[in-house]
Amino acid sequence: MQVNEYKPLIVAFCCNWCSYAGADLAGNNRLAYPADVKIIRVPCSCRVNPMFILRAFQRGADGVIICGCHPGDCHYTSGNYFTRRRMAALFSMLDFLGIEKERTRVEWVSAAEGAKFAATMNDFVQTVTALGENKRLEDLRCKK
Amino acid sequence: MQRVGVFVCWCGTNIAGTVDVVAVAEALKSEPGVVFSANYQYMCSQAGQDMIKEAIKEHKLTGIVVCSCSPRMHEATFRKTAAAAGLNPYMVEIANIREQCSWVHKDMLTGTEKAIILGKAAIAKVNLNAPLTPGESPVTKRALVIGGGIAGIQTALDIADAGFPVDIVEKKPTIGGKMAQLDKTFPTLDCAACILTPKMVDVAQHDKIRIFSYSEVTEVNGFVGNFDVTIKKNARYVKEDVCTGCGACVEKCPMKRIPNEFNLGMDNRPAIYIPFAQAVPKVATIDPNACNMLKNGKCGVCSKVCAAGAIDYTQKDEYINEKYGAIVVATGFNPISMDKFDEYAYNQSKDVITSLEFERLTNAAGPSAGKLLRPSDGKHPHTIVFVQCVGSRCESCAEKGKEYCSKICCMYTAKHAMLTRDKYPDTEVYVFYIDVRTPGKNFDEFYRRAVEEYGVKYVKGMVGKVVPEGDKLKVQASDLIANKQLHIDADLVVLAAAIEPDKSARPLATMLTASMDTNDFFTEAHPKLRPVESPTAGVFLSGACQGPKDIPETVSQAGAAASKVIGLLAKDKLTGNPCVANSNELMCNGCSSCANVCPYGAITYEDKEFRMPDRTTKVRRVAVVNPAVCQGCGACTVTCPSGAMDLKGFANLQIMAEVDAICK
Amino acid sequence: MQKITREQLLAKASELLSNGTVSCVLGWGLGEFDYDVTPTIFKSVEELENGFVFNDFCGANFSKYLVNKTAKLEGKILVFLKPCDTYSFNQLLTEHRFDREKVYAVGIPCEGMADIAKVKAISGDGIAAIGSNGDKLTVTTLYDDEAIVIDTNEVLAERCINCKSKKHVAYDELMGEEGDVTQSNRFDEVARLEAMTPDERFAFWQNELSRCIRCNACRDACPACTCEKCVFDNPSSGVENKSPANSFEEKLFHIIRAYHVAGRCTDCGECSRVCPQNIPLHLLNRKFIKDMNEFYGEYQAGAEVGSRAPLVSYTTEDLEPGEVFNRGENNA
Repeated sequence: MQVNEYKPLIVAFCCNWCSYAGADLAGNNRLAYPADVKIIRVPCSCRVNPMFILRAFQRGADGVIICGCHPGDCHYTSGNYFTRRRMAALFSMLDFLGIEKERTRVEWVSAAEGAKFAATMNDFVQTVTALGENKRLEDLRCKK
Repeated sequence: MQRVGVFVCWCGTNIAGTVDVVAVAEALKSEPGVVFSANYQYMCSQAGQDMIKEAIKEHKLTGIVVCSCSPRMHEATFRKTAAAAGLNPYMVEIANIREQCSWVHKDMLTGTEKAIILGKAAIAKVNLNAPLTPGESPVTKRALVIGGGIAGIQTALDIADAGFPVDIVEKKPTIGGKMAQLDKTFPTLDCAACILTPKMVDVAQHDKIRIFSYSEVTEVNGFVGNFDVTIKKNARYVKEDVCTGCGACVEKCPMKRIPNEFNLGMDNRPAIYIPFAQAVPKVATIDPNACNMLKNGKCGVCSKVCAAGAIDYTQKDEYINEKYGAIVVATGFNPISMDKFDEYAYNQSKDVITSLEFERLTNAAGPSAGKLLRPSDGKHPHTIVFVQCVGSRCESCAEKGKEYCSKICCMYTAKHAMLTRDKYPDTEVYVFYIDVRTPGKNFDEFYRRAVEEYGVKYVKGMVGKVVPEGDKLKVQASDLIANKQLHIDADLVVLAAAIEPDKSARPLATMLTASMDTNDFFTEAHPKLRPVESPTAGVFLSGACQGPKDIPETVSQAGAAASKVIGLLAKDKLTGNPCVANSNELMCNGCSSCANVCPYGAITYEDKEFRMPDRTTKVRRVAVVNPAVCQGCGACTVTCPSGAMDLKGFANLQIMAEVDAICK
Repeated sequence: MQKITREQLLAKASELLSNGTVSCVLGWGLGEFDYDVTPTIFKSVEELENGFVFNDFCGANFSKYLVNKTAKLEGKILVFLKPCDTYSFNQLLTEHRFDREKVYAVGIPCEGMADIAKVKAISGDGIAAIGSNGDKLTVTTLYDDEAIVIDTNEVLAERCINCKSKKHVAYDELMGEEGDVTQSNRFDEVARLEAMTPDERFAFWQNELSRCIRCNACRDACPACTCEKCVFDNPSSGVENKSPANSFEEKLFHIIRAYHVAGRCTDCGECSRVCPQNIPLHLLNRKFIKDMNEFYGEYQAGAEVGSRAPLVSYTTEDLEPGEVFNRGENNA
């Protein structure tokens, strides 16, 4: 292993009913993905406030991914539809400000899609690693 | 400041194999609030749980973090453990270091590093946890069933048989619904009336069931267990409890030329009428738009001939308020209007009819006393063309039809074709179809009998045009298999019209804050796992209001809905999920954004007086969350511009603390 | 169209005040300079005659003031609304922010307001007085002997050059003629930025937003920002505090600000008008408006009372967040 190899910091918001269970299934099936991914459990993807995403970037996260139930399968019937609109608007705005669009992602992962969860995380980590460190939204004052 | 205890589980080697659990417990010791940290082989074991309980007592812990398997696995276990030691169960947080750490990472170094970070995030969160207590609300042990068709009837009977009072609200003068209009039923060909009317009688005689016929629901307030409903009983100008249903008034009424709804306008009824012989309640109703007495005070014949003295021209609409614990929607369906389907000449020829009209024509109690006769000239038709999917599966013609499959048409058309060939073997019967769909028990056998035994001519292809010419209907169609155009001179054309939800469903859905799809079918709480519940707690779905269904399916869904209702009414109190939204009224703008995104209608607004710093008062509109209805998705918290709305257990600050801990 | 004059407005206000229709008037009052006209409450005809101003700098959108001014009001308040203000007026009604019964709204026609920054760019600093004469401004500065005459069309505010509507969508009484929704090029600048590379965009915004001094003027003037307590002032929101603290960067402040008003912003342009650092903040709002128009169909906040904003509704067929970026590639 190389010393000082760049490791991105990825925050993943997973809805409790589908994607968090999908992540658990990835674990049950021992489907590996990098430890750079740290999962935060939320009841529904629609609980993810844009402020949380910006907060993560500000504190030095290199990528933020939101996972929820597939459209139409939301445990709360409509939550992910709101997520879809909110994040489309937010991501487009971040891109407008020149933040690399590859740092944000929304992915629908069902409780049965452990393989998709692992594949998504592998892919996302790879993409963000290629981009390198998040410099554009990080707030250096937040670093200790 | 919390006093946090950290418990790191080895899970045998499941965790300890890739995570240095001792190092994790050690590293988390110095996190803010942590006063105790330990590790153990199996935290979920009795010994492990005892260890947690002891630590809670000994170290006066106010919160615990268990670094173990997924919270979906053992959160409930550890919450119980905490509760047993006197700690509020919602002061427990789980760091998932098995499924989301040790099982997916290979080497000890990264596994341990990540486990520590996940532990820190859980500690950051638990530091901001507050004890939560689930709310309780009482349950009114009475159910309301809206709609008195077979779905409503079956649901009401099942609930009442379990011992709970049920009210049925039916907007027509009688219960029975569409099934009462049918002749025979597929695939067994038993007569609809023979199996339905005994059930109608059961309903009428059940001491737990009240029927509000000729009535509608006009207002719904409240929430699961505590609905407050206003029912409007339309004036029928006949005293229901006095009328004996003898029918003398019906016979003598001079206004006899009113189109009979029950026979779909194919014959007439008087201004005072009983829809059909087995109607329940068997009570006459005066049509106020047709009755001379009500319109201009001239007539009064029915009053004179009524021996019971049941006629009351001064009757007024009556409003009834009642409380219910559960509401079942069973509003059913209707065939769509054929007005937009000019190509089939429905509005030009009386001999182009819908399948429901065909049911009435072949029904012994129908306008032709069961003889299959052409509506135009009363002659026996020799060539009949059935057209399937009229307005169903109509992707390209969404403005006039429906995109979905109406599900029941293939089977009833096979039934119509078979019965026609059975009674009138000299009749040629064609069925034009896109596909024949027969996915029910004994359905395909039934369809094959129609083709093989009864010689019904099934043609894959659509009818392009029907042109009335003389006493014939010129049918132009294509046969897709033979790849040729067909020209048939038909005597009768029967259109299998798509079915759509009853028009009353949309306003009802608004009243109930139950959601609907774009076709106005009610949506289920979950399409697979909660198919008879609406997303709105306490509102259940029965029959075709949820989607096209045949009778067996409707009855089974009706029973399923009833069992859900019984399960609810059997409880004395409802215990809610305490992780619900709550609005800080000091910050709330009352802007209504939150109510717009709430799938459950859990948010209402009230004007509240606030004391201002200058000692004046100000009245402001603020949001109020009903914790019994809120399911805790959090959609409202993000839409709230002022951040007044927050979610207990997943508060803004808690999630941000997790983000901060991870990003440190 | 003839420009409406101070005298006409004064006469209207005096009439409504005298006949008891309203108990006070929300209008423009004299500020320190001719160009910093201040929203003022007038309670009598006398106060109006002494202090009521109407000139080319009366840009302030009064809708927001109604939230607080109507709360404890006896009787009705008269408010003058330019076409663009009426959208904010409706939007606030949609959000139940004030009582419509307490307001007497008079729609006034508007031919565009002047941007003092543009005036100063021509005249230089030290403006002592600005006279208004039809479509000309006469600017007297401390340093020049002769007054400088400027054509008002040369110094129109950006939001007025790109005026989206001359139509009043709400009023009790309209002075002048009913206007129409106009075809504007207001999204051109957003489109120009969209066509840049991410690095260029980042440089552009870095340059603009680094000037932000977190004075909160944009928020304070914004008619959509009427929260009882703003998240940026609220210690329990987790994002409170101002720039120099251990918290959000300016960029994040402005993203959140724009996001919070997304779907509710009527594009009135007050944020940019009041920004002391001349940051084109309206571009952020317009980006959201343009996106939502393109993603979910045209929507103008405030065009109708009670309409539902794109972010609080959905269809099952909405595009995926990842598809947002394919759009540009398809267009190219």
